[in-house]
Formats: sequence, structure tokens, C-alpha cells
Amino acid sequence: MTTPLSVPERPSSPKRPSPNSRGDGVFRNLILGLSLIIIAVFVLSIYLLAKDSLPAIREFGLGFLTQTVWNPVTQKFGAASMIAGTLITSFAALVISVPLALASAIFVAEYAPKWLANPVSYLVELLAAVPSVVYGLWALFALKPIIQNFQLSLYTSNPDLVTRCATLRGEGRSSFACFFMPEAPVGLGLTLAIVVLTIMILPYTASVARDVIRLVPGDQREAMYALGATKWEVISRAILPFARAGITGGVILALGRALGETLAVAMVIGNVPELAKTIWGSTATMASMIANQFGDAQAQLHRSSIIELGLLLFFVSVVVNYSARLIIVRLTPKGIQ
Amino acid sequence: MTGSPVTGRTLKRSVPRGATLSPGRRSVNLFMGALITLGTVIVVAPLIWIFVYLIAQGAASLSLNFFTRIPAPVGEAGGGYLNAITGSLIMLAIAGLIGVVVGVAGGIFLAEFPRHPFMPTIRMISDVLSGIPAIVVGLVVYSLVVVTFGYSGFAGGLALGLLMIPIVVRTSEEVLKLVPLAVREAGMALGLPQWRVILSIVLPAATSGIVTGVMLALARVAGEAAPLLFTAFGNNLLNLDPRRAMSALPQQIFVDATSGSDSNITLAKAGSLVLIVLIFLASLAARRATRQKR
Repeated sequence: MTTPLSVPERPSSPKRPSPNSRGDGVFRNLILGLSLIIIAVFVLSIYLLAKDSLPAIREFGLGFLTQTVWNPVTQKFGAASMIAGTLITSFAALVISVPLALASAIFVAEYAPKWLANPVSYLVELLAAVPSVVYGLWALFALKPIIQNFQLSLYTSNPDLVTRCATLRGEGRSSFACFFMPEAPVGLGLTLAIVVLTIMILPYTASVARDVIRLVPGDQREAMYALGATKWEVISRAILPFARAGITGGVILALGRALGETLAVAMVIGNVPELAKTIWGSTATMASMIANQFGDAQAQLHRSSIIELGLLLFFVSVVVNYSARLIIVRLTPKGIQ
Repeated sequence: MTGSPVTGRTLKRSVPRGATLSPGRRSVNLFMGALITLGTVIVVAPLIWIFVYLIAQGAASLSLNFFTRIPAPVGEAGGGYLNAITGSLIMLAIAGLIGVVVGVAGGIFLAEFPRHPFMPTIRMISDVLSGIPAIVVGLVVYSLVVVTFGYSGFAGGLALGLLMIPIVVRTSEEVLKLVPLAVREAGMALGLPQWRVILSIVLPAATSGIVTGVMLALARVAGEAAPLLFTAFGNNLLNLDPRRAMSALPQQIFVDATSGSDSNITLAKAGSLVLIVLIFLASLAARRATRQKR
């Protein structure tokens, strides 16, 4: 990165502006005015979302965050199951994707020869360019049958467990084993959503990690190699610790993406506003619920509750993104800005 | 970015031949190398899978009809995506206008007026805006525009434009900062006012980089359907008037893929193939342009 340039401000006497700064004030105000649109968008977003979700905030208060009932018929709205769905899918996707993303970043930066490294890192970047709907369509028609087949094989291989779980569920209970047994082999649900989300957020961590690993000074590697370390020892003890701040920032950016990911998740998660009963079960995330119900929401309270979901998402993503930037800036060792 | 003097190549054999390396360390080293390679294969595999899948399932229905017809009435097979293609083009034009005007102005502000008291705030908010989920931007534009004026191509274009702004701000700021200070000083030494220096000297020098950034931003929002659901809404008829509801490629794909009708699903797959190829070509072109520049 280049250091911020400072264009020296020419001394100008207030009485007689020097001839070569004529028009500067107008230009500066024009640019400033257009830039202020960015702040205006931000403030306006908060104002509009808050204004429209006021009826729901008044009606449900903080209970909106803790109640799991989301029922447009009885006009009772609580977002807890969607919040849980969002957190579960995002963090599960993060846990699976971080090691994979790190592997690909290390491969590109440390293992691969140049002729292989460039195409691989380009492919990883293309992964980020694939639109959300396309991921959703692929998951719906290519991945769902695979998951369905797997669920069917679970059914046929454990007939006893299936009946036991069915009776337990009938009594409103569950057991540890039943938690892994699908209610019906439908394919759609939590697991499929996590798989898609994992693939979708991979490139964000991977590309940030690749860049910071490449920025680790060569001396750092050489010193470790000179001690007789193997390649893996160099990577794990000299490179990754050095790059960890940047990697953490990349992981948090990926988390931000995962929390707000909408259509791909909406297409495969089932969109049932309740907690998932099994790891395969149907549930919903905040974003998928907005996409799924906003168009049909007629009642004011319903609409307002959905917008409150949007307001929550807005604040969560502001906090997540801001802390990611903060971590990248603060924790990056000096000299590798 | 191959600046580091030590690459895997020069130190391929990190332990010299003949040196003793305990079998444990040696096998851990080999094992982790294999694991890292395997991880990379797993990362790249989905992209190839998606591409092959779309070609296998969608290429067959890419006929002339796809580009020249509008969707067939419910229950009938056939039809095409003409309405979605034109809708995407119109809304991307609107989005591009908003994104370029505000985004480049923001980039100029951040790069050329670094001592302005508003600078840190604008940079921070622009960074934070880039992470706002697209669907939330759709909700904002809904209550800003749609509540009063109804669903329209303008509303959809505005939503996409708002998504473009932070991307364009960031790339144009970075590119403008790459223009050497000496160039600015040379302009000022000629007696030019600052605005002439920026508009006639700095901006032209950075144009290709800014164009690249704008292309990448367009490619990114061209695939967004979420913010269009409640703004452009979608329209099965051919509509070139941005004051009325419009369809867009990703949005039509979403509607058709979840419609449950086989012929619509096939169309959605063909549409996905077209969309993904266009986006890849745009980002490839943008990448080419940057590489030649540096």
C-alpha cells in the first residue's frame, strides 16, 4: 500500500485568492457534496429501517429477540429461531471453511509453482464472483439429491432408530442419536445450507489469507529454514503466526458475508420459522426470512417485524465489518501494511 | 506479487540431502503437504462442478429463442429471457451511473483531500457499507422509493447502484493514490489550480484502473437478485420503461428455479450459464487490464 499522499495546501491569503486556485472551492465543495451522499445513505438507511420497524419494536420490545414464535396468523413475531438459524449456519460454515481456505492460501503462496499458483488463485477469486442465485440453483438441483440419497441410506440402515425417534418426537422429546436422524428424507434444510454457505465464503478468507501470507517477509522464512526446519515447520511457526492478524480479519469479513447471505440460503434451508429439530431440519435465517416473506406480508405488524430483522442484520454487519477492519489495521505488524 | 526472495522453488529441498531428519518430522511434513494440497482441491472443485453442471444441463436449451423471446405463459413450455436481459442492461446502466458519479467522487475525496476533517468518517462509513447485506439495501430502497412510486426499474437500479458505491470508492481511491505526487506537483508548478490538476492530469492517469474497478463492481452487482425482489420486482413482459416493474437475469433465475415447473427450471439453468459466463468474462477482462497496467 502506498502511504497517504498529502497534497500540500498552498498558502492563500483570505483577501486576494491567488489566481491559480480559482475554482478550487467550487470543486472541493462539489466533491465533498457527492461524498456526503455516502454518509447520507448510511444515516438514511438507519432512519428508514428504524422508522418502519417501530411498530414491531413497540409491540414486542426485547421479546422480539428471545421469542421463537413467528406466526403471521396470530400476529405474534419473535426472531429467536431466525437469529439462531443465522448464527448456526454462519459459524458452522466458518468452522468448515477456514481450514480449507487456509490450505488453499498456503498452497498458492508456498507450495505451488508459479504456473499453477496463478490459475488456482484466479479460480478461487472466480468462486467469489459466482452469483448467489447460481449457488442456490446448483445446490437445489445438484447437491440436494445427494443429501437426499444419504438421508435415505440413513433411514434404511437404522430402521429401529427411525421408529424410536418418531415416538420420541411425538412426545416432543429428542435424544442425541435422533439429533442426527432426519425427520424425512427431503434434502432441504440446515446441512445443505451450511454446505452451500461454506463454499460461498471460502474465497473471502482464502484471498485475504493468501495476500497476507505473501506479505510475510522472506527473512522470516529464511531464518527458520536456516535452523533446519521442514517446510511445514516454517509455515506453522514462522509464517502463520506472522500472518494471523490479517487472517483473522479475513475470517471476520467472511463471517459478515455468511450472516447476510440471502438467496442461496433461502433456496435450500426450507424457510420454516422454527428451530431445527435435527442437523438436517428445516429452519430459516434472518436474511432468508426477509426474502421469503416480505413480498407477501400484508399486515403492518408482519411487515414491520420483517424490517426489524433487516435492522438487526444491518447493525450486526456494521459491527462485524467495522471490527474486521479494526483488527486488520491494529494487529498487522508494522511494515506490512 | 512474487516479491519474496524465498519461494518454494529455491528452497524445494529445505533439508539438505544427507542431513538427518527424524522420521517423525519428515512424515508430519509430508502429511501436512498432502493435506494442504487436498484442501486446495476441495476448494477449487465446486467451481468446476458448478460450471460443468450448468454446461451439461443448461447449454442444450440455449437457442436463439432464449435471447429473443419473453417467458412463455404459465403452463406452456418454451420462451426466453429477453425481458430479463434487457432489464439487467437498463438497471446496470442506472446503477453504473450512480456508482460511478458518487463512487469516483468519493475516491477523489479520500485520495486528494486526506486532511479534510470528514475524511476518516467517510472512509469508515464507505468500508462499513460494503458489508451491508444486499437484501437490507433492498429493504431501504423499498421504503425510500417503492412505497411512494411503486416497483420500478429505477428503484432496482438505485439499489444496485448503492451496492456499487463502496466498491468503486475503494478501487478509485487506491488507483488515484498510485499516481505519483511528482505528477501533481508538476501540474501545480505550471500554475494550474488544484481542480485542473485533478481533473486533467491525475484522473486521466488513473482512468484505466478506475474503469477496471467499475467493471468489477458491475460484475458483482449484475449477479445480485436479493435487492431486486422488492424494488424492480420482476416482470414477465418486455418492458423498456424504467418507471415500471422490470425483470433482471438473476431475479428471473430465482423465480424460475423455485417455480417447480420443469421447463422453467431448464430455462433458469440456461440463464445461470449465460450469467456466469458474462460475469467471468467481465472479471477476466478487468483482471487483464490491471495486469497490463502494472
